Amino acid sequence: MTELKLPSIDYAALAPILIMLSAALLGVLVEAFVPRRLRHVGQLSLGLLAVLAALVMVILNSDDRLLTAGGAIAVDGPTLFLQGAILVLAAMALLLIGERSVERGGAFVAQAAVTAESADDRRQAESSNGATEVYPLTSFAIGGMLIFVAANDLLTMFIALEVFSLPLYLLCALARRRRLLSQEAAMKYFLLGAYASAFFLFGVALVYGFTSGIPGRPAGVDFATIHAAVAESPASKVLLFAGMALLAIGLLFKAAAAPFHVWTPDVYQGAPTPVTGFMASCTKVAAFGALLRVFHVAFSGAAWDFTPVLGAIAVLTMLVGAVLAVTQTDIKRLLAYSSIANAGYLLVGVLAPSKDGLSGTMFYLVAYGFSVLAAFAVVTLVRDADGEATHLSRWAGLGRRSPFFAAIFTFLLLAFAGIPLTSGFMSKFAVFAPALDAGHAWLVVAGVLTSMVLAFPYLRVVVMMWLSEPGESTPTVTTPGGLTSAALMIGVLATLVLGVIPGPLLDLANGAAEFVR
Amino acid sequence: MSNFPFLSVLTVAPLVGALVVAVLPRRRPDLAKQVALGWSLLVLVLSVVMWVSFKTGGDRLQFRESYTWIPQWDARFTFAADGIALVMLMLIAVLVPLVILASWHDAESSKRSVPVYFALLLILESTMIGVFAAADVFLFYVFFEVMLVPMYFLIGSYGGHQRQYAAVKFFLYSLVGGLFMLAAVIGLWVVGGKTFDWQALTQVDISTGTGRWLFLGFFLAFAIKAPFFPFHTWLPDAGGAAPAGAAALLVGVLDKVGTFGILRYCLPLFPEASKWFAPWALALGVIGIIYAALLAVGQNDLKRLVSYTSIAHFGFIGVGIFAFTTQAGTGAVLYMLNHGLATGLLFLVVGMLVARRGSALISDFGGAGKLVPLLAGVLFFAGLASLALPGTAPFVSEFLVLIGTFTVNKPVAVISTLGIILAAAYVLWMVQRTTQGTLNPALTEIEPMRRDLSLREKFVVAPLIALIVLLGFYPKPVTDVINPAVRATMEDVGRTDPAPEVGSVQEAHR
Repeated sequence: MTELKLPSIDYAALAPILIMLSAALLGVLVEAFVPRRLRHVGQLSLGLLAVLAALVMVILNSDDRLLTAGGAIAVDGPTLFLQGAILVLAAMALLLIGERSVERGGAFVAQAAVTAESADDRRQAESSNGATEVYPLTSFAIGGMLIFVAANDLLTMFIALEVFSLPLYLLCALARRRRLLSQEAAMKYFLLGAYASAFFLFGVALVYGFTSGIPGRPAGVDFATIHAAVAESPASKVLLFAGMALLAIGLLFKAAAAPFHVWTPDVYQGAPTPVTGFMASCTKVAAFGALLRVFHVAFSGAAWDFTPVLGAIAVLTMLVGAVLAVTQTDIKRLLAYSSIANAGYLLVGVLAPSKDGLSGTMFYLVAYGFSVLAAFAVVTLVRDADGEATHLSRWAGLGRRSPFFAAIFTFLLLAFAGIPLTSGFMSKFAVFAPALDAGHAWLVVAGVLTSMVLAFPYLRVVVMMWLSEPGESTPTVTTPGGLTSAALMIGVLATLVLGVIPGPLLDLANGAAEFVR
Repeated sequence: MSNFPFLSVLTVAPLVGALVVAVLPRRRPDLAKQVALGWSLLVLVLSVVMWVSFKTGGDRLQFRESYTWIPQWDARFTFAADGIALVMLMLIAVLVPLVILASWHDAESSKRSVPVYFALLLILESTMIGVFAAADVFLFYVFFEVMLVPMYFLIGSYGGHQRQYAAVKFFLYSLVGGLFMLAAVIGLWVVGGKTFDWQALTQVDISTGTGRWLFLGFFLAFAIKAPFFPFHTWLPDAGGAAPAGAAALLVGVLDKVGTFGILRYCLPLFPEASKWFAPWALALGVIGIIYAALLAVGQNDLKRLVSYTSIAHFGFIGVGIFAFTTQAGTGAVLYMLNHGLATGLLFLVVGMLVARRGSALISDFGGAGKLVPLLAGVLFFAGLASLALPGTAPFVSEFLVLIGTFTVNKPVAVISTLGIILAAAYVLWMVQRTTQGTLNPALTEIEPMRRDLSLREKFVVAPLIALIVLLGFYPKPVTDVINPAVRATMEDVGRTDPAPEVGSVQEAHR
């Protein structure tokens, strides 16, 4: 019998992940043992502290370039950069989730199990504070995302995918208002997400089959083995292509790329807005982090084969996002379609097989995350007696009622439209330039053309806010509490600073843009 | 004094002024106006000092400054001005104070914040200066796009009838052009060795096919901006809806970015493509001259009429640029300046008339000269300047363009000449229907229509009239500045002026 050898584990390198997951477990204990009135403050501080501690560990580890846990986790430049990005954005999202002064009791329902629209439900909507389970759920999701971007084999990646997806399904269902819509969104997200996971898992199996049969090398799903197999496996290429396609479906679903995007508008609209912001920023970072690693490390040898297909998906995604955004009448759905289009621009960056392409994509993820979180923060503030007023017609004349917030939102929309002096322009340049450098002129042209289309819906909102007269039903902007203000200010300032002096972050991204193999 | 960082200071100064004006209390609109005016006059003084320190025989690009910005992409804050840019900067510096003075009461009628209106004007000035002063393609692009934002709000928030539609149309058209240019800018960066420095990029050899595509990207943006036929449809809407002051800046300066961009970027960076596309560009110019003039004849809205005349004039500028002779090129650049003065004046005067009447329709006027003789006289003068009457500045430039074109391309020159006749038609007919003839009885009932030019308005029109007359008789100070820059640009394209054909003249004498 061969001796079982335990893999060595570098606990320091894994610390961010361990911190987030233990905070999540601790959060469950807090739910069980801490009196109800203290839970909100306790949970929020626990969550923020854990994120902060994990961020500190990421910064301390910033020079690590290693594989650990038996090669299952890679701690390298992209991992650390993206983990840092996820943690910073998650901190902002936690601030939004923790806000309770905008709406009495917060944006979350007290007991999700109470039948929606029943008498009990109305009572709890009136008076009860929101559930505090959202904090451990968020912590689990963050922990899962941290593993997802670090996973160096497909099985670890699959587990990370589930760890961060399941809490998100639940979080989507916890809105205080419009609960049926919220539950429908969660159901849809869960069902489609389960399918996507199944596709991913099937893809793993096929790729495993493809890696068998290389002389002197056992079959496996770690990226080094796959990389070697792409070059020299005797197995049929059909296994490789089918496996790659199925894996891509699973990942592109999370990234909200067309044609796997259909869940996005419904889920973004139904989910509690802070959770929507969390998904639009952090999930996007995690999904693209994984896409980058899978396609740049494991399948880089097959770039000739996947580039045309993923390129076509990128064009389709940009087109679908931009064109359908034009027809939207709900601000959250509009931002959802804009997020789909942005997934397309990000894919353009993913397909540029250079260091610049990698760093540009990572820059884009961070810049977009800040802007989109700030945008959803504004959405949480525009409200009337029935909660958030998300229909666009209700935003007419907002510039007159609350010029400050309308100005902020205008600035964010200009950033989404890619007007210079905002991070949106710099990030577009950061992904388009390496793509053109790699000879993908068609992707850049498609990106530019769809940007033109996409400018129209953004501009329509600006016109609504500033150039229309306020109507009877124009809601006022609630004065945000400290938490939302903080998140909003961080997001807006980051959008401005990254748009004016992107150098430092680009430097950081450039320094991080190399995978360990 | 020549070491003073003129261009960066000129770019930043109006922005600082805008911030100051914006934070002034809404309750005291007069203070905001005075501060804005004072600030723009300061900019004017600084520009005059810069003009004086410009060495006409010196380097092509002067006042060069360069600061690190984004080292990863080699994008820098590089400012530098050649003669062409200098002239345009001067035009901005002269026009903005006059526009502020002319717009004194414009913002009040719109029920919106008055200080913000003047802050937007100053932000616009800052971005316009930046776009002409940039010598880094990335920086140029940034200003080119950012320029849209203040103008969008000026039209959209303070404009007249159909202002939302006009503002959105203006923004989308310009953005579409800008995005085409973005693709070309990235392409230029990739083939140009990953630098944005204009001077370095002029030395790069670009293959024929690539050069033509990149030229097209830049040219589209500039043709929309200028605007050339058939990309012009946004201008009558924007010009018609914008408040008169903003409209004067829109056609007077903002649109010149298009023709300036062609001279500074298309021609020197893509000489081969410029020559290849020249016949098409000339055709667009000629069509623009005739077509826009015909449309102008048919307009019943004063501001739209002036917008259409501008499109016709931009046709002349386009012809002058793509004729590739020093004479025509100098004429085109001079035209850019003179058109800014003449059309700026025309727009401001029309704005004064429209503000009094409360309508921009020509049919609502008639015989207004009997009520406001001085204003009618100024309108007549502005009209004459706009149709390039000898003795006014535009005549010099139009004549230069035509003779410069005639030496190389007779058909284009001949057809363009028809534009002069049409110009007489639309200007004189407009003047006749508004200020001459029997008095429209409705006008006498409108109290403001009985007030002739106020002292403030005299201060607005007097400098422009003086400049138009002065440059009409003695354009040398300006041509001295323009000429070397134009000659250098033509050398970049590799075209020299044709030698005079002595033989044929002698034969004709026999």
